[in-house]
Amino acid sequence: MSTAATTRDSNYLNVTKGALSWLLTLDHKRIGILYLVSILSSFFLGGMMAMLIRTELLTPGDTIMTADQYNQVFTLHGAIMIFLFIIPGIPAALGNFVLPLMLGAKDVAFPRLNLLSWWLWITGAFIAVASILINAVDTGWTFYTPYSTTTGTSVTLIVTGVFILGFSSILTGLNFIVTIHKLRPKGMTWFKMPLLLWGLYSTAIIQVLATPVLGITLLLLAMERIMGIGIFDAALGGDPVLFQHFFWFYSHPAVYIMILPAMGVISELISVFSRKHIFGYKFIAFSSIAIAVFSFLVWGHHMFTSGQSELVNMIFSALTFSVSIPSAIKVFNWLATMYKGRIQLDTPMLYALSFLFLFTIGGLTGLFLATLATDIHLHDTYFIVAHFHYVMFGGTVIAFLGGLHYWWPKMTGKMYNEKLGRIACLILFVGFNVTFFTQFVMGSRGMPRRYFHYQEEFTSLNQLSSLGSYIMAVAFFMIAGYLLHSLAKGRKAPANPWGANSLEWHTTSPPPFDNFDGREMQGVDPYDYTGWKYDESIEGYVPVGGGDGSRDSR
Amino acid sequence: MIGFLSTAGAGEPSFWLPSQSSTIAQRVDSIWEFILWLSVFFFALVVVLGARFALKYRAARGQGTQATTDHNTILEVVWTVIPTILVVILFWVGFRTYIDMSTPPENAYEIQVTGQKWQWLFTYPNGYVDENLHAPVDTDVVLVMTSEDVIHSMFIPAFRTKQDVVPGRYSKLWFNATETGEFDIYCAEYCGTSHSDMLAKAVIHPQDEFEPWLAEASNLHGRFPPVEIGEMYYKRFGCKQCHSLDSAPGIGPTFQGLFGTMERLTDGSSVLVDENYIRESILNPQAKVTEGYAPVMPTFQGRFNDQDITAIIEFIKSVE
Repeated sequence: MSTAATTRDSNYLNVTKGALSWLLTLDHKRIGILYLVSILSSFFLGGMMAMLIRTELLTPGDTIMTADQYNQVFTLHGAIMIFLFIIPGIPAALGNFVLPLMLGAKDVAFPRLNLLSWWLWITGAFIAVASILINAVDTGWTFYTPYSTTTGTSVTLIVTGVFILGFSSILTGLNFIVTIHKLRPKGMTWFKMPLLLWGLYSTAIIQVLATPVLGITLLLLAMERIMGIGIFDAALGGDPVLFQHFFWFYSHPAVYIMILPAMGVISELISVFSRKHIFGYKFIAFSSIAIAVFSFLVWGHHMFTSGQSELVNMIFSALTFSVSIPSAIKVFNWLATMYKGRIQLDTPMLYALSFLFLFTIGGLTGLFLATLATDIHLHDTYFIVAHFHYVMFGGTVIAFLGGLHYWWPKMTGKMYNEKLGRIACLILFVGFNVTFFTQFVMGSRGMPRRYFHYQEEFTSLNQLSSLGSYIMAVAFFMIAGYLLHSLAKGRKAPANPWGANSLEWHTTSPPPFDNFDGREMQGVDPYDYTGWKYDESIEGYVPVGGGDGSRDSR
Repeated sequence: MIGFLSTAGAGEPSFWLPSQSSTIAQRVDSIWEFILWLSVFFFALVVVLGARFALKYRAARGQGTQATTDHNTILEVVWTVIPTILVVILFWVGFRTYIDMSTPPENAYEIQVTGQKWQWLFTYPNGYVDENLHAPVDTDVVLVMTSEDVIHSMFIPAFRTKQDVVPGRYSKLWFNATETGEFDIYCAEYCGTSHSDMLAKAVIHPQDEFEPWLAEASNLHGRFPPVEIGEMYYKRFGCKQCHSLDSAPGIGPTFQGLFGTMERLTDGSSVLVDENYIRESILNPQAKVTEGYAPVMPTFQGRFNDQDITAIIEFIKSVE
């Protein structure tokens, strides 16, 4: 294989052929692509569920399904989107592809473990989805006891699936931690790493430390269901609120597993497309670590109305506010990066700007929820649903799409249609706000979440929200359309279409099998763009000193 | 925009919030408005700067990069410290009001609440059970709540209050309604099939009309025929959890066509289901248990008087 990789036309996509060469690959880039295809399939499935939910809610009464079906559909929407899409989304798909390249390395530290993670993901996903077909699940993605231990649906099976998915997540995290520690090239000190790597590193710490708690919790849940051991069920002598503590001890940090890599992607995009060094590198880097640490200490804010003591609520409220500070710091730093830049409004940058807008709303509405007095009214209403989607969709999914467009040329060697890219981003932005801003209003007016029927007074807001979701669907079909089209008919991508300086842009698009043709890479300042100039003829950037940038070893 | 930032008042909902109908609602709303203005300010700051930079510094491709400073410690400390001060203030005002929300005043009027799939039951001090919450205006009222099955959550938007209702423990929620009228009560914690139908009303009476209402409502036997009272009891006292009305299998025998039949008992003997057998089964359920069922029914000794039991018998007779 190494001989094939030395010829110019050979790259990681065509170096070997056949299904097995993909399914058993140890190449981090191919594993990244495997993850990408897998999570996008999950996203499609979860998105279909979302469409069913919004269609059902077009009228206050029954619209297209029964109450039980509705409960199953929203459970699947949540479980699929959280466990199959958004947690592995940026780290396992984009991260797997980009992380070793950014380090100038040939691969992650443990390539076999990496492949095992993907197979565990596939196994877990298969079991979780099979639970739908065998006997649907209706607990909500949170599996609250005692409902989840008493309902007749196949909770045990889906919990087994999520348990296995947890191991996939732990192994990826472990792999990334070791890779970042051991495989940084000469000259790349911790503070010369691209900020995405700080994001992925903080994420990996949470994955390794928090996910086992979810595993234990789900195991206890299964034991209670199968053997009738009283842990959470009051009727068996257990404590239902204990489950909530265990569950959120994982699931709150998990929210940061979802958002930290997204913040890393945004740091890359804003700097590259402002053609300007990132502002306040150390503050951004440390704020990622701060968020990772604080994330373990705030789980109780999901439980302000659960009946836990006032003292506990007070402590969790205070700690929750402390997380808002590092997030605010990042936003200000991104803005300062844009100041006096040379801003290019390419599709990835439009996603980054959308992120700034949407994440700011998501963050600020968090203030209403961290404040005890107002959270009591808003808890378990659509305000929470809206806040959550502004952070997770407006934040993470938008950043994921920005990253996907940014690294698409590197991954596939093809350019997509830029104009369609910008239009789709705009449609998505409009559709998103129509869908979810209305839900803030429904929620503060008192509409509880997970409601199959609702009061007449909420009809028009619900219909507006559903309309927005259809607009978003149009945008997603557009994106899928032009990206797939680019694979077949897209213009060949230059090595560095955006003029970025992190190491993945110092090799060809797509990269060769061993990433850098055997060159020994050295650390560079990833945010110093002075070494690149734009070349009209290839519609990409080339080094000031000559060559196309994919050969120099710097 | 005026509607967008308007204030809720008694009886008048704002763009964001339902009507302000309890003492606590007013305090919660003033905190809400403080956060809303703060959010609008910071949102405008980020969006205006972001949009301005994106337009002003937009450049054609290929222009050289500009060397500007890439950090400024004073600036960064400033934008760390200012939000920190603001969130400390938010924490404090939110906490102060929350403590008052979560501490029921002494001598509050006490109503027992049971949550069960998918219904709220309110038991008044005289033992009367109603499906809606009735209370006098301008009076401290405390709800002492527990659940029969899974977790529910008592949510009264107009009073800005909410509390989970958990099986195996008691939780409390208090309010002091500032206006009369009917207000929505929702279950806010997902509890299964009919979660979104687990609704009730908070009916707030003028102070001098509440006790007369309770006396009138408690006098069931003067107002309804025995069969209807029996049906009410069937629904409100948990009978329906075990005894179906349509032959569906349950923890106890179905009531459909039960009256007048011969039942085989666990000891092998048989008994005619008549008035006396039903009466005995309510007061001393373990005395004669039907074959095929576990002896799990609780006694209702002391909870029903003779008139109540007669009503239940009449109801069972009516289920054919």
